[in-house]
Amino acid sequence: MKPRISIIDYGLCNLYNVTNAFEYVGGDTEIIDSSKQVKDADYLILPGVGAFKDGMKGLENRNLINSIKEHVSKKKPFLGICLGMQMMLDVSFEFGEISGLGIIPGQVKKLPNKGSDNRAHKIPHIGWNNLEILNKEIQNKTILKTQDSFSSMYFIHSFSALCNNKKNLLAETNYNGISIASVIFDENSYGCQFHPEKSGEAGLKILKEFINL
Amino acid sequence: MTSNIRLIPRLDIKGPNLIKGIHLEGLRIIGDPNEYAKKYYSNGADEIIYMDTVASLYGRNNLKSIVKKTVKDVYIPITVGGGIRTIEDVKDTLRSGAEKVAINTAATKNPELIKQVSRKFGSQCMVLSIEAKKIQENKWEVYTENGREKTGMDVVEWAIKGCELEAGEILLTSIDKEGTRKGFDFDLINTVSKNVPIPVIASGGMGCYEDLEKVVVESFADAVAMADILHYDRLSISDIRKFCKKNKINVRNYEA
Repeated sequence: MKPRISIIDYGLCNLYNVTNAFEYVGGDTEIIDSSKQVKDADYLILPGVGAFKDGMKGLENRNLINSIKEHVSKKKPFLGICLGMQMMLDVSFEFGEISGLGIIPGQVKKLPNKGSDNRAHKIPHIGWNNLEILNKEIQNKTILKTQDSFSSMYFIHSFSALCNNKKNLLAETNYNGISIASVIFDENSYGCQFHPEKSGEAGLKILKEFINL
Repeated sequence: MTSNIRLIPRLDIKGPNLIKGIHLEGLRIIGDPNEYAKKYYSNGADEIIYMDTVASLYGRNNLKSIVKKTVKDVYIPITVGGGIRTIEDVKDTLRSGAEKVAINTAATKNPELIKQVSRKFGSQCMVLSIEAKKIQENKWEVYTENGREKTGMDVVEWAIKGCELEAGEILLTSIDKEGTRKGFDFDLINTVSKNVPIPVIASGGMGCYEDLEKVVVESFADAVAMADILHYDRLSISDIRKFCKKNKINVRNYEA
């Protein structure tokens, strides 16, 4: 039987591509927007583009925050993509201070507008960039199983996650000398700063590994 | 150190067909856009741009059904432009599977639209498309309707204004160079890129590898759009990627 992939619709983003990509790798997808549906989910996806504040508000208005936390505390598979990943953290400083889901300790901050060489660089960070896998010992048990330092993913963001604990950081990405948390995790909860659904075959492999968790 | 530049096939569409013109006019049918998009995807394109060339003129947009079909096979970001006038149009376009929208005419008529789109859908999906025509040394005018209508606006000022209104990216097309294979308008790309903090996609005129090198190294383009050089198979995305790697231009890792 195909794994059932429940994708949260909280009013912000385009779910077509995420749905499409999970179907492509063999998932049976559904779009959900109620607390009950989140509670029934096996594989839960929090996609997202746009502003942190609107994202959290969207979850709050649909009364989804507690059920998402519950899903995660039961160690059921969870994947946050882009804004969805950022919302996994405690707090964001995008247009003021806003609380996140608190699944992974840390905060979300604007990318510095200069690289480590002190030269101005472009924000948003848009484009393909490599994954540097930090924890190679456990890599084989994670969604990055099939990836290596050659793997390039599609990023598009102006803010990024800073984890308090190194153990939550699975992969980093270097943007002009600035380290970006590109994959974060805790047990079966994962967050990707890039868009695996738009990162070609390499990205699709990550989704495939996720639905095999 | 510079970040990876993006290699972006640009597919100009008229009705159901991929077409190509010169100076954005004199259109010639090339083929089925979906087939070309699939080919470019498997060759390692970093993104795809679909531009409906007549949508704005006739007030319609045929592209949605093409995009819907493309995204079943093509798992890289797709930008769609042409005839997008309202928030509703943006929503429909994103729903069909586009990652970003490129807006030109409607933004020049109502600049606040840029901000509305950015605020509602995120600036990452708001690409400001600028068609530029050189009017004197180091001065360019903004055109719309595929180079048919002049606006009286200065390109550099408009690009800066677009950033203030929170556009996430600029697609900068030189009408003078478009379809000529004579190289980009390097001064145009350089001037705009230096004046804005957001990525600039250089478009119009790529004729050979050296044009790409120059527009990246000397004009600071963050991405390069290319059309007939690919459509007519004069070079492939894989050839171009190899050239970049060899010449120390950073591009993403990809093996076809």
